[in-house]
Amino acid sequence: MKLKSTTENYMFVLPAVLIFSIFYIIPFINVFYLSFTDWDGISRLKPFIGLANFKEAIFTDQSWWQSIGNAGYVTLIALTFQNILAFLLAWACDREIRLKNFYRVVFFIPPVLSEIVVGMAWRFIINDVDGANIINRSLIGMGLPQLAHNWLSDPKTALTTVAIVHCWKGFGWGFLIFLAGLQTIPRELYEAARVDGANAWRQFKEITVPLMIPVMVLVAILTILGTMQVFVLIIGLVGGEFAGHTSMPVLRILAAMRGSSRFGYACALGINFGAILMAISFVQYRISRKSRS
Amino acid sequence: MRTPVYYKAKKITINVLVHLLLLSVTVTCLFPLLWMVSSSLKTQDTIFKDLSLLPHHPHWQNYILAWKEGGFGGNFLNSILYTTAVVFGIIIIASLAAYAFSRFKFPGRNILFIMFMAAMMIPIPGSFVALYVLLNKLHLRNTPVGYILCMINVGLSTSIFLLKTFFDKMPKELEDAARIDGCSKLGIWWHVALPLAKPVLAVVVVFNALSVWNEYILALIIFDDRKFMPLQVALQTFQGEFVTNYPLLMAGLTITALPIIIVYLLMQKYIVKGVTQGAVVG
Repeated sequence: MKLKSTTENYMFVLPAVLIFSIFYIIPFINVFYLSFTDWDGISRLKPFIGLANFKEAIFTDQSWWQSIGNAGYVTLIALTFQNILAFLLAWACDREIRLKNFYRVVFFIPPVLSEIVVGMAWRFIINDVDGANIINRSLIGMGLPQLAHNWLSDPKTALTTVAIVHCWKGFGWGFLIFLAGLQTIPRELYEAARVDGANAWRQFKEITVPLMIPVMVLVAILTILGTMQVFVLIIGLVGGEFAGHTSMPVLRILAAMRGSSRFGYACALGINFGAILMAISFVQYRISRKSRS
Repeated sequence: MRTPVYYKAKKITINVLVHLLLLSVTVTCLFPLLWMVSSSLKTQDTIFKDLSLLPHHPHWQNYILAWKEGGFGGNFLNSILYTTAVVFGIIIIASLAAYAFSRFKFPGRNILFIMFMAAMMIPIPGSFVALYVLLNKLHLRNTPVGYILCMINVGLSTSIFLLKTFFDKMPKELEDAARIDGCSKLGIWWHVALPLAKPVLAVVVVFNALSVWNEYILALIIFDDRKFMPLQVALQTFQGEFVTNYPLLMAGLTITALPIIIVYLLMQKYIVKGVTQGAVVG
């Protein structure tokens, strides 16, 4: 009776465990195994080369570190520009204003779209090579032709343009989370402060900000993890790595696998990058623990 | 002495400024999409000349061209098929597991659950390389089944988490009553637990549907044949090597984005809930 019941219990989790083992655990182990080999993806032999892939990635592969630098740059813009904007908008929508729900619905439209669609739609708007650059045309129309520019094909502006489009796509997430956080702050706190004569700025500084710090840390973690791994947007927007100017870690992994058929090296890059992401979230987790206590 | 008029004027000014900010962001959000739709109604000749948002002679044929000659109809059906199959699979498999994790006691329960949760936390950015190798070995690469199974796995952990959290808080009385009536465990799961879990199931459905519909990288490396590709990957066929047919590309983008926007507008209540709940996970 007991045995039958236990077997029955296992049947409930069996499908999930089976799929998870085949499509998560096996590939997970395989990534580590392959990273020690020089496998090309086709040969029967998988020559074992020890830590050579990792050594190459960490010490000699400049394009790898360039891609991580690029991702860091976009992340920095997302952390500051995107999140400050998201916070401001959430703060504005937390007040008693009209059209609140309309704004909320609109701001979350970009996040539900796919990165490919967003990338291609924006490429059409800002890339001069393709001929219909509406932004440049408006700049010329406004009498600022000197600002008109090949935004995506100039190495100086390509990455920043990518970052701006990324922020356009992403601020809705932070906005929603901030708004949910702001709505948990009891209104009585503000009223009490008002009775005590605190103006709007002091209320913001001494009630809103301190109570929102855990939420800010959370949004920061999500922003960093999400932005560091961005790459599909770039495929849609730029079409590729643009000679390294818009390369990203995941694009490098993809290039190692598909471009140069170095499966082992691609796996080593993946592990290297995964470790960096883990380290970042660990540090952030510690900070958030501290800020909560 | 500041008069009430002063305070009223100040309040109005602030409100106007706030609305100006919100409205300008709204326009920035919507313009690229409106421009995309508008451009999809122009022709290759007029697309660079006619800069109106509402073209005088909307060229609806672009949609028929994209759908039929661009072969987009088939890719659209693929996307529908993959999304439906994956969401259905996740609902069944994840809710079975989550129900067991929440209600039953069996050896290894905690370890298995922690394993699923760890998968949610540990990023493996190179996993698609190993998935490609695995599917090759199983002869599932370039097959819809291989893609569907991979995508079920992608959504499994988060869905199990959301469902288990819900089951944990759900009162057990109804299930107990059903058990006394002689209902089997499987019967209770299907007839009692799942119907009660509708609110969280809606969140799970919407989020997984969005993520499958928008998925790109696995579809890119798994499918060689155009006939199996979902929309996101098939879009690239419009971007020619030398000349891009922009009206067709824009029509393709609109076809790809529209279902998601409609689903979002209909289900936005659940999306807001999911985002805020998902945020609590972190």
